Amino acid sequence: MSEYNTIEMMICAAARNLEDGAAVAVGTGAPCAATMLAQKAHSPNLVIIFEAGGIAPLLPTMPISVGDSRTYYKAVMASGMCEVMETIQRGMVDYCFLGGAQIDMYGNINSTVIGDWHKPKVRFPGSGGANDFGSMAWKIMVITPQDSRRFVEKVDFITTPGYLEGPGARERAGLADNTGPYKVITNMAVMGYDPESKRMRAESIHKGYTFDDVQENTGFELLRAPEVVETPEPTAEELRILREEVDPNRYIIGR
Amino acid sequence: MFEVIAEGEGPLFMDPDADKAREYFRSKKRALVSKVMTVSEAVGKFVHDGEYLAIGGFGANRIPTAVCHEIVRQRKKNMAFAGHTSTHDFQILAAGEVFNRCDIAYIIGLEARGLSTNARRYMESGKIESCEWTNYAMACRLKAAAAGVSFMPARNIMGTDTFKYSAAKVVKCPFTGENYVIYPALWPDVSAIHVHEADIYGNCRIKGISIADLELARASKHLIITTERLISEEEIRSDPTATVIPYYLVDAVCEVPYGSYPGNMPYEYFSDEDHLRLWLNVEKDPEEFKQFLEKYIYRMRDFNQYLELCGGIERINQLRAVENLIDLNGRG
Repeated sequence: MSEYNTIEMMICAAARNLEDGAAVAVGTGAPCAATMLAQKAHSPNLVIIFEAGGIAPLLPTMPISVGDSRTYYKAVMASGMCEVMETIQRGMVDYCFLGGAQIDMYGNINSTVIGDWHKPKVRFPGSGGANDFGSMAWKIMVITPQDSRRFVEKVDFITTPGYLEGPGARERAGLADNTGPYKVITNMAVMGYDPESKRMRAESIHKGYTFDDVQENTGFELLRAPEVVETPEPTAEELRILREEVDPNRYIIGR
Repeated sequence: MFEVIAEGEGPLFMDPDADKAREYFRSKKRALVSKVMTVSEAVGKFVHDGEYLAIGGFGANRIPTAVCHEIVRQRKKNMAFAGHTSTHDFQILAAGEVFNRCDIAYIIGLEARGLSTNARRYMESGKIESCEWTNYAMACRLKAAAAGVSFMPARNIMGTDTFKYSAAKVVKCPFTGENYVIYPALWPDVSAIHVHEADIYGNCRIKGISIADLELARASKHLIITTERLISEEEIRSDPTATVIPYYLVDAVCEVPYGSYPGNMPYEYFSDEDHLRLWLNVEKDPEEFKQFLEKYIYRMRDFNQYLELCGGIERINQLRAVENLIDLNGRG
């Protein structure tokens, strides 16, 4: 097994969740790297969708913006925002990938403010398309560093809905049935959600870390899946594609 | 009448009344007359203090940079702004302190490039009245306006704080009993969109993604078009399938080659990442940023002069190579 860093581990673990033929709504950064890796490594028919209108591109290089011309390079369609969002609303998008400043045990995400909304300590960009993706795609995936300042008991502001206050809350609010958070992939672990309580739980831990390490970097009590396994390491082929084709300038994976 | 289940507490900056909008559009001219003018004339004529402004494109992709600069240069104030798909355009308008009300879907950030220190300072100053939305929510508001109806239903946002601080409502569907969020129509007073080709009357062609510009063009009371190049009416009529904005929506047509710079223009030139980084870096020191704005915006006669200052055609040629994935130092 070749040497790899934790960002590469995180991206490879994320990419494996995207099966061939699935549709995924994605932004820039690590989620985009994971999506490109999946398309090149094992899911050639992955339908990649960008909120500004790019549909099913064959990404030549990593986009800088979710609306730059890479996002519809050799695409099947250069559409618009309504086309993309309505494709998600219609139920044709399996996954979305999100980031955010804070996430809580129900997978609610904050990308709006730290502190009180009326007098914020820090103002962030806001929803953008995140709430739209998280409300309407079938399964939400999040890629973010494991850090107790990010994994908090209660987010300051629910920008994007996770399971809101718990089981049944999404449906009660009016969101579509059977949607919601699915995986959280970090530099230390892959987490999912307990089917009953809808709370975040550890499912696999990356080599070199323990459950306690993950818990220590999580600001709430993390549940355990019935069987917590070691995350499979990146394969040599995955690393080659990631380093040579996906991110040759190492913008995301670092040095 | 729908049963209202929940209401956001945010302010509604524009009247969603469809009949008032119809009255306005009834009076909008349908005559086929030339609307060609300079950006300075267009902004002077159609952008007014206190009005509601929206900018087309996607932040640093196919944006009407010349119009944004001119609005700042003419020191327009107290406007309301649609912070929708906005990045570098927002950064420019925040630098000019152009608006004091903001509908927020995405602001302050320049996506993967980072956050604008100055725009953030402006939004945290307490001077800006704001309302939260999402990208699709704002697109729905424009879509409702474009369709001539006062609201549009959707299935996002419900149950979140984004909804709580919006001016949307949740209602029960009279057919199924399901909850739906409904978004009020938004008819901006004035918008600007950058396109690839237009004729002198305002018939426009766009290549690549349309983002929310087709809806925006139809929703706007006044529309300023900047175009990479003017083409003849004959050419427009030779391929009507290619027209995405018809002339009667348009009030001004300004020919501005490279007009999305430093943003990306699909199939023409890529974004100037060095110049965008310069903006982000220089903003960290307010004094230095003031001088930067003097140099790059206030002292400029027009967009062409700004483009020259940034490297002119030589720089554009480099960005053209980037756009077309040509490695100028390549092995061939």
